[in-house]
Amino acid sequence: MSIIEEIEKKQINEKVALFNVGDTVKVLSKIVEGNKERLQAFEGIVIKRKGGSNRATFTVRKLVQGIGVERIFPLHSPKIDQIQIMKKGRARRAKLYYLRNKIGSAATKVKEEIKKV
Amino acid sequence: MNGIIAKKLGMTQIFDDKGDVIVVTVLEAGPCHVVGIRNQEKNGYNAIQLGFLAVKKLNKPESGFLKDKKLRHIVEFKVEKVEEYKVGQEIKVDIFKPGEIIKISGTTIGKGFAGTTKRWHHHRGPMTHGSKSHRLTGSIGAGTTPGRVYKGLNMPGRMGGVRVTNRSIKVISVDLENNVLMVKGTVPGPKGNIVEIIKS
Repeated sequence: MSIIEEIEKKQINEKVALFNVGDTVKVLSKIVEGNKERLQAFEGIVIKRKGGSNRATFTVRKLVQGIGVERIFPLHSPKIDQIQIMKKGRARRAKLYYLRNKIGSAATKVKEEIKKV
Repeated sequence: MNGIIAKKLGMTQIFDDKGDVIVVTVLEAGPCHVVGIRNQEKNGYNAIQLGFLAVKKLNKPESGFLKDKKLRHIVEFKVEKVEEYKVGQEIKVDIFKPGEIIKISGTTIGKGFAGTTKRWHHHRGPMTHGSKSHRLTGSIGAGTTPGRVYKGLNMPGRMGGVRVTNRSIKVISVDLENNVLMVKGTVPGPKGNIVEIIKS
């Protein structure tokens, strides 16, 4: 393994939650205000996962008063306290950009995963 | 010692202590060997010469100078006291500490014959509406007065492949075991480029 790959491997958070595009997640990120640290939640649908190794990021989209808000998180960031999976979704695309063009309830609709018996 | 010779290994990104992403360059820095000493009485200035990376074969003049210490990439570094060093001494990456500000010199990537848009960041002309001056140089001056082209005018030509110094570079980490130095930001040249690192 090259030296750079080793450096990147050290940056990877092994305990990171396993989720896919289409899942609804709640990301708890640490925010420092003065001396205090608190957790801020951002809940929405994962519409994109990008990059590999320690560079991997994911994009969460949610609707705030009918307006779409997207936030990109580095997957292995130490600023992320926890990623909770609220709902499993079955997405038929790798990137759910089509949700950007949907209005109203259709914009949050991703089929729920049907568990295989 | 205030400097070392290094090889650029590549770039990546890491999370700093605040948790923010920073871009870093990874360098294989040293170990270097002192191959020559220049002093005030004999040469008129104080400096030591370092050699870096092994080479298989040397020619006669090289082996005479290096005393069969098969090294290539020989660079001179100015020092104040030459008495502290002797030929054969090893210089390692631990001369740097994390958080230190350094400067790095090296040869940039050659871009070949480049136009003014790339070389001097000139604006380009319109791409449509019948325009044919897409990336052309344009006017290079007035007519009869002054009747010549001013000196120093930005024109197309060879770009890159010159020695530059990047200053105010911060050392992120020092790994003495693997001789690896990690610095914030960019370093001149492609991967495998030989650069000089100097304390500033």
